[in-house]
Amino acid sequence: MERPAWAPRSIDISVPSVSRIYDYYLGGSHNFEVDREAARKAMEFMPGLPKIMQANRAFMRRAVRFAAEQGISQFLDVGSGIPTFGNVHEVAQAARPDAHVVYVDHDPVAVAHSQAVLAGNERAGVVAADLRKPQEILASPEVQQLIDLNRPVALLLVAILHFVEDEDDPYGAVAELRDALAPGSLLLLTHASYEGMPLPAERAGGAVDVYKDIRNPLIMRSREQIARFFEGYDMVEPGLVPMPHWRPETETWDPDDEDPWAYSGFAGVGRTA
Amino acid sequence: MNAEPDGPEDRLRRFATIWSRAVFPVTTTSSTRPEFEEQLLPLARRLSEALRARAFDADEARALGAALVTVHCTDPEALSRTLDCVDAYLVLYCGGDGDQQDLRLRASRLQHAMAAGFAQALRERTRAEQEAISAAALKAQGVVAQALHASEARFRAVFEGAAIGIGMADLDGNILQVNEALLRMFGITEQTMLGRNVAEWTHPEDAPQTWTLYDELVRGDREHYHVEKAFSRPDGTALWTNLTVSLLRDADGNPQYQLALMEDTTERRLLNLRLRYEATHDALTGLPNRTFFFERLEKALGAGKGQRFGLCYLDLDGFKTINDSLGHAAGDRLLVEVADRLQSCTTAPGEMVARLGGDEFVALTTGPDTEREVDELASRIMNALVAPVSVDGRELTVRGSIGIVEGPAGERSAAEVLRSADITMYRAKASGGNRFELADEEADARAITRHGLTTALPTALDRGEFFIEYQPLVHLGDGSVRGAEALVRWLHPQHGVLGPDRFIPLAEHTGLIVPLGRWVLEQSVRQAREWRERHADAGPMRINVNLSPCQLTHPGLVQDTVDILERTGVEPDALCLEVTESALIGADDDLLKPLRRLAEMGVDIALDDFGTGYSNLANLRRLPVSILKLDRSFTQSMQQFPADPVDLKIVEGIVSLAHSLDLAVTVEGVETGAQAEQLRILGCDTAQGWYYARPGPPERLHELALVDATG
Repeated sequence: MERPAWAPRSIDISVPSVSRIYDYYLGGSHNFEVDREAARKAMEFMPGLPKIMQANRAFMRRAVRFAAEQGISQFLDVGSGIPTFGNVHEVAQAARPDAHVVYVDHDPVAVAHSQAVLAGNERAGVVAADLRKPQEILASPEVQQLIDLNRPVALLLVAILHFVEDEDDPYGAVAELRDALAPGSLLLLTHASYEGMPLPAERAGGAVDVYKDIRNPLIMRSREQIARFFEGYDMVEPGLVPMPHWRPETETWDPDDEDPWAYSGFAGVGRTA
Repeated sequence: MNAEPDGPEDRLRRFATIWSRAVFPVTTTSSTRPEFEEQLLPLARRLSEALRARAFDADEARALGAALVTVHCTDPEALSRTLDCVDAYLVLYCGGDGDQQDLRLRASRLQHAMAAGFAQALRERTRAEQEAISAAALKAQGVVAQALHASEARFRAVFEGAAIGIGMADLDGNILQVNEALLRMFGITEQTMLGRNVAEWTHPEDAPQTWTLYDELVRGDREHYHVEKAFSRPDGTALWTNLTVSLLRDADGNPQYQLALMEDTTERRLLNLRLRYEATHDALTGLPNRTFFFERLEKALGAGKGQRFGLCYLDLDGFKTINDSLGHAAGDRLLVEVADRLQSCTTAPGEMVARLGGDEFVALTTGPDTEREVDELASRIMNALVAPVSVDGRELTVRGSIGIVEGPAGERSAAEVLRSADITMYRAKASGGNRFELADEEADARAITRHGLTTALPTALDRGEFFIEYQPLVHLGDGSVRGAEALVRWLHPQHGVLGPDRFIPLAEHTGLIVPLGRWVLEQSVRQAREWRERHADAGPMRINVNLSPCQLTHPGLVQDTVDILERTGVEPDALCLEVTESALIGADDDLLKPLRRLAEMGVDIALDDFGTGYSNLANLRRLPVSILKLDRSFTQSMQQFPADPVDLKIVEGIVSLAHSLDLAVTVEGVETGAQAEQLRILGCDTAQGWYYARPGPPERLHELALVDATG
């Protein structure tokens, strides 16, 4: 039986959370031993996980700046997790002080933490909602108050879609969000993949099993499958590429600085017609 | 910034580059390496100054260690690499021309203080973040707890306010929680209820599977079950419920509680029982009714081998008279008394008495020994009716006729048995009543045919199963065809062609004779018109139609006849209505009036079967008849030669009498030429019989008439 909407899921911090594991990878201490234990276990199979996360963060920073340069001042970050540092609102509001940012996550602890971090920031808010129910996101008071859907929005789906299983129709959810966005909106997306990983899939698969064990399956998708999320978008140059290759800051970027793990998975930005 | 090659600024930058290259791979910054270098540059400058400051400033050194944490160098490896850089390159790039010994010492002290500062900052940050995430978790739990509390409050409201009874018990049956509705149903307090165990709730009317299902559920072999169950209330009454019991499992799927939902169906059940009683009992006498009786009879007839049944079908004699003379209220009281007496006759198990309706009752006995029992039962019933019934101070004598059917189960249907009993009862009644008769197959069969014909009659007319045959009437003087008698036949789908003797009495009995007679009259008159049109040259053809006594008294006779004649455009003198002598015996003026009217119009009236009744010859003058039809018994003796002289004298006398009264004489049953000749000599006017023609289709008459006309 489906849980009635008014009966909330309970919070069990003895169960690892992907948000807190992510924070751990990024050197934060917003995590508990169960999270660290799971993270360390996954890292036994994919030692470069922190570097992949770092590459995600770096892409996000560049992409948000790009969006701001394109004149976009509204940011919707779905799957925001626990903002450690260099968050969307910091980057965006540094680029344009008038930027409005709404974070969305379904982890109640991440949401509570975000609320604490954002306290006093009138142009940023956080919504407890699930990507699998886009209408709940769009209808939330925070989105209604902070985002004008008649103007372009930068939608961030960074390191989240690989946590949505096919049976939950991630393509449908992405399309539903796209249909709600005004022309000129941007989709900022990264997705995990075995492609580009400096390790055979058979070996890296152990990390996937760890996520399965904590009931947050990690879905590795091919480049082709990831490209389908951009249906209805025009790809912004250079298209769907390994994360470090997406618009590196040329005058300061040195490929030698990049860790080989940073090339796991794909990043891309699309623009609605 | 200007940095002349190998100037102090350039050397500072080179130190920062080396430092950033060493540390960048172990940071978690989202900046690029060059950006990261820009973040380290101010720190490098402060390090350089601290190296060369006159006095060692430990606070500044600790602050520099803490600054590492701020630029996201939280990995201890970042500190290690930083200290390596300071150790190896700070004096080299930033020492200037100071004393190498002092600089090394200073660099060393800087490292110690930086390490302490880093550790402290990291500890502070870790504590702060741990605190933040714990606070977030706590807050989230608070939100959830609040929502849970709200949902529990809602649940509780549902639980308390529900109209159905809800109860929860552990798997040992100890009742843990119940709602108001359940307490109301049971009529006990919560205190009393909570001390009890589900297993105490057995009830004599529990269905056999009730507790098996319960055991399966508490064992965890069944998720839920649904039963209709009764419970005993403290006041001794029964609480009937629709009960659904579900097994509740814990998060790991282990059986934990049982949840009972019950709906009070007591009232509905009582209502159903009452409706059932009302549907199966007679309101007046309280006896089982026809429906109930049929159920029981069918059950008895469906019983196994060796089982028999005996049925007494009782109809009171003369009940209608009582009802008519004393009124329905008295009749009803009589029926109630009879019902009581009958009830007292059927006391043995397997016996019952029921009222089928009106004054018809049935008594049933079942078992292996009904052959003897049913006779005794019938005798008991007859005896029970012997004593007069007192109604409104009158002593009424009640008599009844009983038809008995007895036999083995499994051979006949209830309807067949009841019909046989009904027929047998009528046989008892026909034999004078106040008796019982035993069903007998042959008598049944006869009655059944009669019964079948009676019930088939009304539809037969609608379906056109009747047809008319015509027997010519011949003028004895010249042998010409003067008309024909219409004789109705029934082409029965099963029994074939039936003569009027088979069904006219039935039609009279049921009243169908009136529409049937009207139909015969209309058909015959149409036929007469046809003859007249086609054979005008053959002389005036007349049609004879029989009138039954019933039709004679029917008020529409004259009007119907006039209508038919007018509609067909036939003159009244083309029609002759035949009325039997017996129908007119003792006829008064009222009865004769319609005949007289018809006769005045010109319709001939014939007195049929003359000589069979005890006619008042003097009365003949009074009757509006113009023809006498001599009964065939007079002509039968003339078939032999020589004829009986007495018969000849009688016929001669009658003819003479008739002629003197201006009546024509027709004879029936003429079968031989000698007969015909004899009758002609005696002065008879017309004749009919096989000698001329048997009754046949109208075409045959055309032929005869034509032969006659041409001959």
